[in-house]
Amino acid sequence: MLTRLMRTFLRPYAGRITILVLLLVAQTAGNLYLPNLNADIIDGGVVTGNLHYILHTGLWMLILTLAIGVFAIIGIYWASRVSMGAGADIRQAIFTRVQDFSARDMNTFGTASLITRNTNDVQQIQIFLQMALTMMVIAPIMSVGGVIMAIHEGATLSTLLLVAVPIMAIFIGAVMIRVIPRFRSMQRKIDRINQVLREQITGVRVIRAFVRNDAESDRFAVANADLTATALSVNRVFALALPVMMMILNLSSVAVIWFGGRLVSENVMPIGNLTAFLTYILQILISVMMAVMVAILLPRAAASAERIEQVLDTAPAVTDPTTPIAPSRSDGLVRLDGVSFAYPGSERPVLDALRVDFEPGQTSAIIGGTGSGKTTLLNLIPRFFDVTAGTVLVNGVDVRDQELESLWSSIGLVPQAAYLFSGTVASNLRFGRPDATDAELWRALEIAQARDFVATMPGGLDAPIDQGGTNVSGGQRQRLSIARALVKKPSVYLFDDCFSALDAATDARLREALREEVSDATVVIVAQRVSTIMHAERIVVLDDGRIVGVGTHDDLLASCDPYREIVISQLGEEAVR
Amino acid sequence: MSMGPMGAMRGAGVAPPRRSRDLRATTRRLLALLRPDRAKLLGALVLGVASVAFMVSGPQILGNATNVLFDGLISKRLPPGTTKAQAIEYLRLHGHAQIAAMVSSMNVIPGTGVNVGELGRVLGAAALVYLGGAAFNYFQGFTMAGITQRVMAAMRRDVEEKLRRLPLRYFDSHPHGDVLSRVTNDIDNLTTTIQQGLSQLLTSVLTVIGVLIMMFWISPLLAAVAAVTVPVAFGITVVIARRSQTQFAAQWERTGTLNGLVEETHSGHELVQAFGRRRATISEFTSQNQRLLHSSFRAQFLSGIIQPSIQFITNVNYVVIAVVGGYRVASGLLSLGAVIAFIQYSRQFTMPLTQIAGQMNMLQSGLASAERVFEFLDADEETPDVTTAVVAPPTASARGGRVTLEHVSFRYEPDKPLIEDFSLEVAPGETVALVGPTGAGKTTIVNLLVRFYEINEGRILLNGVDYRDLTRDEVRRAFGMVLQDTWVFTGTIRENIAYGRPDASLDDVVAAARAAHVDNFVRTLPDGYDTILDEDASNLSSGQKQLLTIARAFLADQSILILDEATSNVDTRTEVLIQEAMARLREGRTSFVIAHRLSTIRHAHVILVMDHGRIVEQGDHDELMAHQGLYYALYTSQFAGAET
Repeated sequence: MLTRLMRTFLRPYAGRITILVLLLVAQTAGNLYLPNLNADIIDGGVVTGNLHYILHTGLWMLILTLAIGVFAIIGIYWASRVSMGAGADIRQAIFTRVQDFSARDMNTFGTASLITRNTNDVQQIQIFLQMALTMMVIAPIMSVGGVIMAIHEGATLSTLLLVAVPIMAIFIGAVMIRVIPRFRSMQRKIDRINQVLREQITGVRVIRAFVRNDAESDRFAVANADLTATALSVNRVFALALPVMMMILNLSSVAVIWFGGRLVSENVMPIGNLTAFLTYILQILISVMMAVMVAILLPRAAASAERIEQVLDTAPAVTDPTTPIAPSRSDGLVRLDGVSFAYPGSERPVLDALRVDFEPGQTSAIIGGTGSGKTTLLNLIPRFFDVTAGTVLVNGVDVRDQELESLWSSIGLVPQAAYLFSGTVASNLRFGRPDATDAELWRALEIAQARDFVATMPGGLDAPIDQGGTNVSGGQRQRLSIARALVKKPSVYLFDDCFSALDAATDARLREALREEVSDATVVIVAQRVSTIMHAERIVVLDDGRIVGVGTHDDLLASCDPYREIVISQLGEEAVR
Repeated sequence: MSMGPMGAMRGAGVAPPRRSRDLRATTRRLLALLRPDRAKLLGALVLGVASVAFMVSGPQILGNATNVLFDGLISKRLPPGTTKAQAIEYLRLHGHAQIAAMVSSMNVIPGTGVNVGELGRVLGAAALVYLGGAAFNYFQGFTMAGITQRVMAAMRRDVEEKLRRLPLRYFDSHPHGDVLSRVTNDIDNLTTTIQQGLSQLLTSVLTVIGVLIMMFWISPLLAAVAAVTVPVAFGITVVIARRSQTQFAAQWERTGTLNGLVEETHSGHELVQAFGRRRATISEFTSQNQRLLHSSFRAQFLSGIIQPSIQFITNVNYVVIAVVGGYRVASGLLSLGAVIAFIQYSRQFTMPLTQIAGQMNMLQSGLASAERVFEFLDADEETPDVTTAVVAPPTASARGGRVTLEHVSFRYEPDKPLIEDFSLEVAPGETVALVGPTGAGKTTIVNLLVRFYEINEGRILLNGVDYRDLTRDEVRRAFGMVLQDTWVFTGTIRENIAYGRPDASLDDVVAAARAAHVDNFVRTLPDGYDTILDEDASNLSSGQKQLLTIARAFLADQSILILDEATSNVDTRTEVLIQEAMARLREGRTSFVIAHRLSTIRHAHVILVMDHGRIVEQGDHDELMAHQGLYYALYTSQFAGAET
């Protein structure tokens, strides 16, 4: 999966990568040629006592060194460009894809996980790319070049490589086999520790209220000991790996001098070549070590790539139709025609063959128990989910045949959990209609019973709002969320139990103002409180995914037992009479 | 956690967004953590010195081997049977004055060729020295691994213990995300720094010192040339690191901003879609993403320059050594073996120098994390619990706790009085209702009752004993709670219900679940009570989570109940059933109930009406209705719908 991701996202950088590789080749060739010049100094200068030759060759070495340095820096420049650029492209691709996700896709991944994938996982890829683009390119050139140069310096001696390189490879392989699974398990244990800590922070009240500090502490101690043991074993393997690799390198040098010495004494090989050979063999083995270091990053980068690809490969469950149909009417009629909905893998449908109309100019209400499917029903209208059977029609056209943007433009949604975006009161209110005037904003605030508190906020409409709206109270958040939908002036309003954080008096005033303002739109309200919905023109009573009653408050009191029960439980026996 | 030894790259992991301010103090404090391991650390240091001593003497011995070879080569060219002095004389006469000078400094027996036995002995010694060096290096690494892991485990433990000693006030006034980031991301980052940095830094520094010593021993002149590279390399590192650090800081800051944007738009995903804001959101992301790209590229490029720059310096050093060394050998002032050893050393010099450069960069990031962690560890703690048990704990056994508040005053901020001189006597079995508009401060009362916050004046008594004479745990054991936040932890449903009574039998758990109407939906889950819930409990609806926490309180079975908005997410039909069960549970128990639906608390013994954080009215339903104040207004407005 890493290769696939790389292939996709490195393609635009092919030209730059080619330049980079050329630079690295030049740089490596320079580094390989340097010992050769040094051998020349010894053989042609030191041994013969030719001082002029020493100086002359030394100058060449200096020029070469300078060139290597320049190539290296330009190389780093392009490597950073490519790795960081590709990372930014991946982030962009993930984010853009997620914007098209349906509610179900969002639930599959979870917000926290999507954030991690977009930042942390991309960072892993970037680290890997940066390393790969420098070391991984250099290492093979260096080893191949080193081998060629080594053979050039002394063909017979090069057979030593046939021993040293496999020993190194086998050892590194053995270390990797031990370390990689431990790495994975270490990562899991870090996740576990972080989970325990996260739960301790979010659940601090419950933990203290139930006097469970000691139990939490034990839970943490176990996770901590577990992580420490694994980390220790990984680090001990590493403590062994580095000295052993260095030892293999050094013993190779000893062997080179022992066998090379014989060749030198038999005049088969000049002594300067021996020192050059020594340097080459070191370079070959060091480049093998470098490749290993990149390889160590590989499993982690591969895991990250997989998590990124999962997002990119997810085809949004809800997409635009190939041949969209534009509705001929725009009054906001919503019709549910035999609608059923079941979560994947679940045998029992959440909604079962619902048939009901929500008409323009009417306030329709949905009431029912927890888990009766109220919110699910509401979510089907803006097509956050697709029905499993039946049809949802908005403005007379199946929502699946409408362009999503045009469907959404006709809907004003007020979700159960009021959520505000960081910015100002005004930027939040203009969320659905950026060109709304201040007067329109104030009008919406007035209807939503939010005018007074916004007026007293420092800055009024320009008062800052924190992410999520945490700097205003829950009730204020809900009223702003309602005002936001009002500013949009849609033909269909969906209120999902959004009056719950309001005290009863505000609730009543808000509904009164709403009734006057949105007289011709379709209004659908989901509620728990009977008092919120008892004046609705049409009340739909949901029970266990089925409609058990439709009608006005009085109709239902007379005909629908579940409704009567709800009314009695909230308003008392006298309300039924 | 990457174990990649490329320290410089660590900067690209998840790390804190700013540069450490007081590096010295933080470093000192970090080092203080190592104090318990002084003996081991000293051992590691000795092992490190030994290992470096062995490793750096290797090239010197290999140099001797080269000398043996070179001597043999030269001797072959000289006429056999002559003495060294004769040979030198012979060379001089034939005009090879320079070679004569060279030979005079060598150990040559003319005509004998390479002394293989001597070569074998020298190389054997070199092999032994390398083996020894590797062994010491391993033992040093092994010891250091033990030390660093112990230190990090201790640090994680300290942080966790700190979490439990912090007052609720801390959690309420700090964003959870930030606290979380400190105890997870920063600790992770610090662990990596210490794990990789400490051991390697020690070896690198020792190696540089050892190599320099060897160089001076072989040839002070060449060593002086080589030694110049150290301050130059250091200077370059400092100059570049200072610039790259600013860019890293910008990178972290922008990563944070981007993170925030992603979190925000994902959290409000359906709003972004339903309000037609996808394109606007994507273009906002694009501009933030480009800003991040800009600084991350610069950080990466600048920090990436360090290594080639130092490599350049060391390559120059290599050339200078080769040239100067060549001159010295040619003029007989130095042996060839010495020069070759020197060249080896100059190579050995490069690696630790570049490594130190990388580690310095990593260290910066690690220290910034350490600072954030220390800041957390230094936060004010709760006042310690009483250590002397004044009386036998009156809570656990006594049924129906009596709660007395005497002239209690409390304020969150010193200049904003909230609760002033408030007194209340709650007899065992009585119900106290807290009502008021949203945000009126009903939770404040709960915070004081279970001692999440300490009162400023007056006293609270539990069954006649002052809270301050009890430990917090003793106070809390008396209370059973259903809190506003429906917290579930990773574990099975059974464990979650049994949270307040871990030793409860399955029968007890099921009984509590039945009472809270949890049993029905639990049975529809594939694994029943063994179903594992995750942190977000995305497999439960909010109503179901609420029911679960109610079941938890049922099972805990305490003498005083606190029901904070207990049933606001449960549909009214279920609520009726729960309230019947609650009524049963409340028999003989004191209870504090917070609810929006005023019908549910009509029969409470005392109703406290709160507004703007203060208690504005107090009395029973009839008294408050007669008073025609806020309660009256709230009550009539709630039922206004029913009357019109």
